[in-house]
Amino acid sequence: MKFSIERAALLGAISQAQSVVERRNTIPILANVLIEAEGANVSMRATDLDIEVVDKVPAQVERAGATTVSAVTLHEIVRKLPDGALVQLSDDGVSGRLTVEAGRSNFSLATLPKEDFPVMANSEYSANFSAPAPVLRRLFDKSKFAISTEETRYYLNGVYMHVSESEGGKVLRCVATDGHRLARIDADLPEGAADMVGVIVPRKTVGELRKLLDDDDMIVAVSVSETKIRFATPDITLTSKVIDGTFPDYTRVIPQGNTKRMEVDAAEFASAVDRVATVSSERSRAVKLSLEEDKLTLSVNAPDAGAAEEELTVAYGDEKLEIGFNAKYLLEIANQVDRENAVFMFNASGDPALMREGNDTSAVYVVMPMRV
Amino acid sequence: MPALCRDCLATFKDGARCPSCRSPRVLSHPELFDLSIAHMDCDAFYASVEKRDDPDLADKPVIIGGGRRGVVSTACYIARLRGVKSAMPMFQALKLCPDAVVIAPRGSHYAKVSKDIRALMNELTPLIEPLSLDEAFLDMTGTQKLHHAPPAVMLARLIKRMQDELGLSGSIGLSHNKFLAKVASDLDKPRGFSIIGKAETADFLHDKPVGLIWGVGKVTQASLEKAGIRTFTDLLRWERDDLFVRFGAMGERLWHLARGQDKRRISANDPVKSISHETTFSTDTSDSKILDGHLWRLSENVSDRAKARKMAGRVVTVKLKRSNHTALSRRVSLSDKTQSTDRIYRTARALFDLVADQGPFRLIGVGISDLGSDIDADMAGDLLDPDAGRRRAAEQATDQIRARFGKDVIKKGRAIR
Repeated sequence: MKFSIERAALLGAISQAQSVVERRNTIPILANVLIEAEGANVSMRATDLDIEVVDKVPAQVERAGATTVSAVTLHEIVRKLPDGALVQLSDDGVSGRLTVEAGRSNFSLATLPKEDFPVMANSEYSANFSAPAPVLRRLFDKSKFAISTEETRYYLNGVYMHVSESEGGKVLRCVATDGHRLARIDADLPEGAADMVGVIVPRKTVGELRKLLDDDDMIVAVSVSETKIRFATPDITLTSKVIDGTFPDYTRVIPQGNTKRMEVDAAEFASAVDRVATVSSERSRAVKLSLEEDKLTLSVNAPDAGAAEEELTVAYGDEKLEIGFNAKYLLEIANQVDRENAVFMFNASGDPALMREGNDTSAVYVVMPMRV
Repeated sequence: MPALCRDCLATFKDGARCPSCRSPRVLSHPELFDLSIAHMDCDAFYASVEKRDDPDLADKPVIIGGGRRGVVSTACYIARLRGVKSAMPMFQALKLCPDAVVIAPRGSHYAKVSKDIRALMNELTPLIEPLSLDEAFLDMTGTQKLHHAPPAVMLARLIKRMQDELGLSGSIGLSHNKFLAKVASDLDKPRGFSIIGKAETADFLHDKPVGLIWGVGKVTQASLEKAGIRTFTDLLRWERDDLFVRFGAMGERLWHLARGQDKRRISANDPVKSISHETTFSTDTSDSKILDGHLWRLSENVSDRAKARKMAGRVVTVKLKRSNHTALSRRVSLSDKTQSTDRIYRTARALFDLVADQGPFRLIGVGISDLGSDIDADMAGDLLDPDAGRRRAAEQATDQIRARFGKDVIKKGRAIR
């Protein structure tokens, strides 16, 4: 194998690969990237056995071939090469070394046989559809903060993507929750997605996917089966196993009968919460919201740290209410609001509250209160 | 050489017998009245308590321990003469000593007796660091003016009062730091009073095995042995940096200990780091119903203790031991601290369910750690568990009933599995 490639193109491909590779590996080959040169392209393939990413980049291939080399080492080398450098990678097929040359730099890296590299089995996908990058970006960006990290609830360690019924008909929906907050984000149902089975996309996959979605004009091909999901752009293919578990029935978690409506400027609200939470005890970060006619008082009373209070003008016309929340959760949901005011719907101090942006029900957040 | 009579507490200079009461129980040491760091260790505590409470047992071998499958927790000195040791499997102990009286441990009773001893120690110094129910470090530095007597006299008096007022015997180690005090208390058990002075420290340590160090167990001993370190003299040959490089922070500590130096203070309120309970089964089991019952009872014990101490923990741990004595444990960090039986149990159960091993198991344990005050514990609700609030209310009601009528008046069905 022998090919030359521009440093920037190589860096892009190897970056994606090395981020999939797990830092601590018991199987040595999983630390490696599989480099395959053929025709006018080079592909970089990396896997952690749950996620596989293949990044294809154009290169001047002199001699077709394939080998595997440490993803992290190759990434570090390429990163440190000067911008605009032309990099040549070659192996002689016998020495077990990959030579990396750029200008006057020369590296010789240990390789492992390409035959040992685990390639993810092909799957039959039951649904295939295309979605613009900004649509997928919104679905996952606005839901991922609520993903649980608790291993005992492994079925919450991802975003539940499925087809659901909404007021305006069928939608493509992403839901994530950790039992304390929940995000439910809807998008128009792409053509071909109606038959999709609901899948739980693991947290790490959501993170890797994000790198495919930066380009606003990109159309991403999505394929779904009961066990796998694949996202593909012309250059990058990301295949991931989905979480083998049942996502709980989240619909009963979303309060339907909350009538006490508070409307507030989300940015103002977020900075006020952030300010008063400065004195809250580090762990619980409890903030009390006291509501009366068009006035919201945020307060924190931490016996060991101190107390804080701040008043905000809001639109509120219901009876007085006091309710406590974890400041971090309030901040996270307030940060999801980017166009209109945040609208909170409350019931009683022990009941979950609902938050949305204006009257837009395509993005809904639920937060569980705390005892304060 | 300063001397002290252990019977009448008279102090004098030299002599094999006390000049005032003629007792031969005389302590004499050049640094006797200069040392102030002590370790008090009761002699065969559990067994001694049982013998005290039932005089019929006085001349019989007594073993405290649980069940046929359990291990020896404490053996009285008569049983020890026959070769019975702590942590020995019960069947083996009974082979050595078939006529032994085996008594199941009465934890809460021993705790009560321990408090009586603590009350006597409290009169000596406020700086007491208990290591368990039956042993404690005492820092007597600067108490001489208060008691009008040097620490050694007060300690001899403590042991005498334990014997006279509580009917229990103990041993004292007196030295210039914790490490040596603890070593000393073990030198002359039972009813011992041993002194390791500053001047003799190096001589005392040089041929002693490093296993003498509290915290150096079999594993550490093996790795030290690999480096050719068996005795304190071996340790002295090592440079401080080399020990550190090879053994990390432990190496640093070893370097100091090799020179008889131990800077740890005796701290009266060493924070509790975890609360846990475990149980060894009479027969190994893989029955998930039985294990579930244990999980509940253990969670309840952990929760009770956390509530009593007004503490709560953020990390829940489940520990299992397989039939071949290999152990495995699983832990999870919660979003906020808990002290509730319900939450500890549910988390423990979820952790247990994640264990692929089907058993059989010989031991199961539940614990909480990353502890803190309970004022902000169990404050977060769970969207996916809408009944949690009702269960919490039920637990609070149960706790109140128990506080009034006793722990056993109300039980979950799960608890009697």
